[in-house]
Amino acid sequence: MTPLLEVDNVSAAYGAVQALTDVSLRVMPGEIVTLIGANGAGKSTLLMTICGAPVPRAGRIRLAGEDITGEKTHLTMRRGVAQSPEGRRIFPRMTVYENLLMGAQALTTGDPGPQLEQVFTLFPRMKERLAQRGGTLSGGEQQMLAIGRALMSKPRLLLLDEPSLGLAPLVVRQIFGAIRQLNESTGLTVLLVEQNANQALRLAHRGYVLVNGRITMEGGGHELLARPEIRDAYLGGGHG
Amino acid sequence: MSAAALAPPRPAGRVQLALKDALIATAVAAILFVPMVALRTDVGTAGALALRYRWTDAAILCGLVFLGRLLLVLWTGRRGLQPTTSAGPWTRRLQQAGRFAAPAFLIVALLLPVIPGVDRYELDLGILVLTYVMLGWGLNIVVGLAGLLDLGYVAFYAVGAYSYALLAQYFGLSFWVCLPLAGILAAFWGILLGFPVLRLRGDYLAIVTLAFGEIIRVVLLNWVSLTGGPNGISGIPRPSFFGLSFSMSGGEGTFAGFFGLEPSSVHRVIFLYYLILALALLTNWVTIRLRRQPLGRAWEALREDEIACRALGINVTTTKLSAFALGAMFGGFAGAFFATRQAFISPESFTFIESAIILAIVVLGGLGSQIGVAIAALVLIGGTELFRDLQEWRMLVFGGAMVLIMVLRPRGLVGTRTPSIALGKRRAIDGNLVGEGHG
Repeated sequence: MTPLLEVDNVSAAYGAVQALTDVSLRVMPGEIVTLIGANGAGKSTLLMTICGAPVPRAGRIRLAGEDITGEKTHLTMRRGVAQSPEGRRIFPRMTVYENLLMGAQALTTGDPGPQLEQVFTLFPRMKERLAQRGGTLSGGEQQMLAIGRALMSKPRLLLLDEPSLGLAPLVVRQIFGAIRQLNESTGLTVLLVEQNANQALRLAHRGYVLVNGRITMEGGGHELLARPEIRDAYLGGGHG
Repeated sequence: MSAAALAPPRPAGRVQLALKDALIATAVAAILFVPMVALRTDVGTAGALALRYRWTDAAILCGLVFLGRLLLVLWTGRRGLQPTTSAGPWTRRLQQAGRFAAPAFLIVALLLPVIPGVDRYELDLGILVLTYVMLGWGLNIVVGLAGLLDLGYVAFYAVGAYSYALLAQYFGLSFWVCLPLAGILAAFWGILLGFPVLRLRGDYLAIVTLAFGEIIRVVLLNWVSLTGGPNGISGIPRPSFFGLSFSMSGGEGTFAGFFGLEPSSVHRVIFLYYLILALALLTNWVTIRLRRQPLGRAWEALREDEIACRALGINVTTTKLSAFALGAMFGGFAGAFFATRQAFISPESFTFIESAIILAIVVLGGLGSQIGVAIAALVLIGGTELFRDLQEWRMLVFGGAMVLIMVLRPRGLVGTRTPSIALGKRRAIDGNLVGEGHG
């Protein structure tokens, strides 16, 4: 089976600063894969490299076997990749409805109706808040909106950049529950970048650990969770 | 702190406070008025500049500031004037009447030439105001919707005006052929400006657009063989009404002759008035339509968060360029109209102050608000015309009005944003709930 996403020995840099070195990872269709790592490990850079900016210095990125290395972001998105960016980045002055419609711009078939329905089933709160301005939503609702907005383009691959950032544990559980539900009911493939290693690894089928721009470990979600070095480095010495 | 300190000041204390406050205000006024008013250079007898002192005028102004501030503080207390971005009582009333406000303005605008007592002067003023309404709406696409701060908008106005003037002069093309051409050429220059500034935002974008405006003006000024340089281009042909000219002869092929009217110069003014009204309404209609389309929504999203736009697969390049091109195109239309109305253009009409006035109209009206921009154009352009008798003090009133609006309503006259799409009832979003934009 061809992996839906294949990152093959990718290196990337911002000017002289090396951000990623020989990173390889693959995401099979229908999988939830998580990428964990500390601040500045290069997690977000990897997601952005997949989306085409920055262009990798070396290595290839393939989507369902097709080479998308260095392709313009909006073209990659049209191939069925969607992204919920770090820090949510919803449009604060626009209504929830307008925010969701902005997500449908990369949708190749015209009607956003079925996608909208899917978002409402997943996050019923969004339907209640439809006429409300994005900036007046709570943090958790904004994250739901960011994910919902990404789903509007009917993606094959959903890239989530730290959806738990700045949210209360209860809300994080809710969001992660929704991701699992989405994956189980529609078979959507998810690449999840997280600092919250504990919950991310519990959710994911497989995981990768990124340290200083290099992949240092990979394995099943629960398998990684059980490793002592992970427990020490990312889970606060077993308190997680 | 004791409770007494928190209690409102006693009347005597209040007077003292007001006096102190008024003195500070007067000192600031004195600093401003001494160089601006008290010292004046005049051209002397031998052609040399001579300094004239006007201490009385400056003293009167300072006295007025002192009195005004004193009364204001006595009347309302020190924190009397509070800025607000929320809908005030009058905006709320305007919103309630909102369904009628815009049509009412439109009806007045449509009927202006036939309202009794409206003469040539009022019509000329109406044409001037509508020209700025149109320019404001055009710039509103770039600044208000797409959030790209453009300080050189007058360049497109100039491109439009010179396009028509030059095409008419060298190729003898008529106004109706040149109008679309002027729009297309201006749009082309808009794209040309857009390319190098694609990666710039905020202050940096403002500086480059400012420079662009100056480049166009300086080229027009110095390319004497083509544009006539500072002498400008005169004798620009007037527009015809479906082939009928507005000649005073009243013969066969003229407007007056065809309709059997007494030849009058007012006919052409009325025609020009309706022409600019139609062009302005076209600008407004296109903007309103586009706001509800994916492209228009992408502009607004771009203003909100460019990175998020990229993440959603929006082509930021085409979105920005289309905003520049469309805004420039309407500027070009307005320019062609300006050229045909004046029959004479020179680079002097396209200085930076014009860009600044158009931008002021957009900002004072409320970024992105169509009706707000129209009201602001009416107030700023019509208002300065009303104060024409004040001569040089006119700009003082103009500046004062701008400061006052920005202090009291930092988000412009109409600071609310109407959603471009809604299920069921439309609700305006209160300016208070709207965070400051991120340049």
